[in-house]
Amino acid sequence: MNHWLTAPILIPLLGGILQVFMGYAPISLRRTLALTTTVLMLVSAIVLLVLADDGSYRAYAFGNWEPPFGIVLVLDRLAALMLVLTATLALFCHIYSIGGADEGNRQFHALYLFQLLGLNIAFLTGDLFNLFVAFEVLLIASYGLLMHGKGTARTVPGLHYVVLNLAGSSVFLISVGMIYSVTGTLNMADLAIQVSTVSNENLFIVEAAGMMLLVVFGLKAAILPLCFWLPKAYANATAPVAALFAVMTKVGIYAILRVYTLIFGDQAGELAGLGMDWLFPLALITLAMGVIGALGADNLKTLVAWQVIISVGTLLAAMSLGSEAGTSAALFYLLNTTWVVGGLFLVADLISRQRGTARDRIVTAPRMHNRTFLSALFLIGAVAAAGLPPLSGFFAKLLILQAATPGTQMAWLWSVVLTGGFFTLIAYSRAGSIVFWRTVDGHVENPGNLSGTVSVSAGALVALSIVIVVLAGPITRYTDATAAQLHNSSDYIEILQTPMVGREE
Amino acid sequence: MELAFALAIGALTTSGVYLLLRARTFPVVIGLTLLSYGVNLFLFSSGRLATGGQPIIGSTSQYSDPLPQALVLTAIVIGFAMTAFVVVLALRNLADNEDDHVDGYQSEPKSKPNTEEETEVSGK
Repeated sequence: MNHWLTAPILIPLLGGILQVFMGYAPISLRRTLALTTTVLMLVSAIVLLVLADDGSYRAYAFGNWEPPFGIVLVLDRLAALMLVLTATLALFCHIYSIGGADEGNRQFHALYLFQLLGLNIAFLTGDLFNLFVAFEVLLIASYGLLMHGKGTARTVPGLHYVVLNLAGSSVFLISVGMIYSVTGTLNMADLAIQVSTVSNENLFIVEAAGMMLLVVFGLKAAILPLCFWLPKAYANATAPVAALFAVMTKVGIYAILRVYTLIFGDQAGELAGLGMDWLFPLALITLAMGVIGALGADNLKTLVAWQVIISVGTLLAAMSLGSEAGTSAALFYLLNTTWVVGGLFLVADLISRQRGTARDRIVTAPRMHNRTFLSALFLIGAVAAAGLPPLSGFFAKLLILQAATPGTQMAWLWSVVLTGGFFTLIAYSRAGSIVFWRTVDGHVENPGNLSGTVSVSAGALVALSIVIVVLAGPITRYTDATAAQLHNSSDYIEILQTPMVGREE
Repeated sequence: MELAFALAIGALTTSGVYLLLRARTFPVVIGLTLLSYGVNLFLFSSGRLATGGQPIIGSTSQYSDPLPQALVLTAIVIGFAMTAFVVVLALRNLADNEDDHVDGYQSEPKSKPNTEEETEVSGK
């Protein structure tokens, strides 16, 4: 039992509750407290990352209820990586939001912190039903955040998002019920044992439930037939919210990675590798669809929203190779894409503020203000997202391409990823050259200088792609170890033997 | 009892899915509610159906599984909150667009208030 495991959950929970009761406090006080909470969360995530780096599993049983009967939190390398990824992104988006985006809604900071709470529970939990609860916590906070902001543009995309996710929750519950009715457990470690002993007549129930879970996680991750809600919702959300949502699709990816390597992993007997043969073609089609969407985007935020779908496709393609090298490459790409896409959302918002009524639409307009600084940020972001050297996107894609085994798989992966990268590049070049270079006569009223908070946070998030290149060695070592740990899931099962407090051994 | 139970779940889910695919927000909300009723009953049955069983071992000859009951309770609470939210959202959609169509409009988009005007920007 390690009590540190609850820190990333308790910190945003208590901070969020404080915000709920402080709706009428001065905004500077609320901002300071909210930002302190996010900083503390990042610190706790880094502490857990250092703890997890020794390669062992740590478990925390709520209320000292022995697993598999109680709910457990499990910390391993993957969970720690996701926590740090989220906390870093969240900190910069939060700094950006205090630049003015948090005004007009007294509960913005509370919702933001509850969103982080839900994300952290999802990454730490070792229980399938608790994963459902975590999804609901992060979803209801995201519904509120999505609607944050002035105007009516968000209502319809928000309604679609909510209805789709409610339908998704129903499917999740049905599959949880089906799995429980056969295995009699919902603890993931216990499930990994029970799934291999399922009798033949019950096999189809578990198989169907497993495939339905894939549909649910696919909806969260925005895999192709379930991805069309995303561009509209993300493009209309307030900038720091859209940037934070860059990690929301990654929750779906995380859940796929966790459930399908642990429960339906190599030890699962007849059910080993369930659904994995579907994932590879779907991932490639998703990637292609994302590229087509990016080429057709008529404003910068929609372009970046389609980039989210491109990165989902690339990530899943790498993961579904089923090898340690593939998973490691996917995790490296995950770090790169989440931070850069988040940064690009913020940069697109900054650009839209400087262009008067043209906003972020990809059309010629009078010369914008602060052009040099913003175009440099956009260039760094676009280069990192499209995967050009020398930034991190290039190394991530290189690792993914190297992970493919020669054969048809390699032919498909290489051709789709490389062609997709080329067309993404065209989409970014077209957008960048029209927005920054082609100007018409006219005058845009100067909206004032960029404030320090917004430019620093947007710049820092995009510049993380340079940091990833500098630290590529340690990061690759960590992702390699994470992939090795994931593919050798037999140790995970030992959390069932976690000694309880007050029990004589 | 199993047959009646299964039929009830099936009827709820079928009507829920049918209503979910309607074009107005009111039937969609009702559809989501019916769907969650069906799901809750389904979840309840995952602990097997038994009459007169208590969730404490030894109190009756046959005991019933307490876990699905806890799961259903959680699912009901969450489903209720979500339904409340979607009702508010549907009302907001009605107020913003003067139409309760799920896309905000029925055929061609009306010019909506509060969105940015298409002026000032000149062509290529």
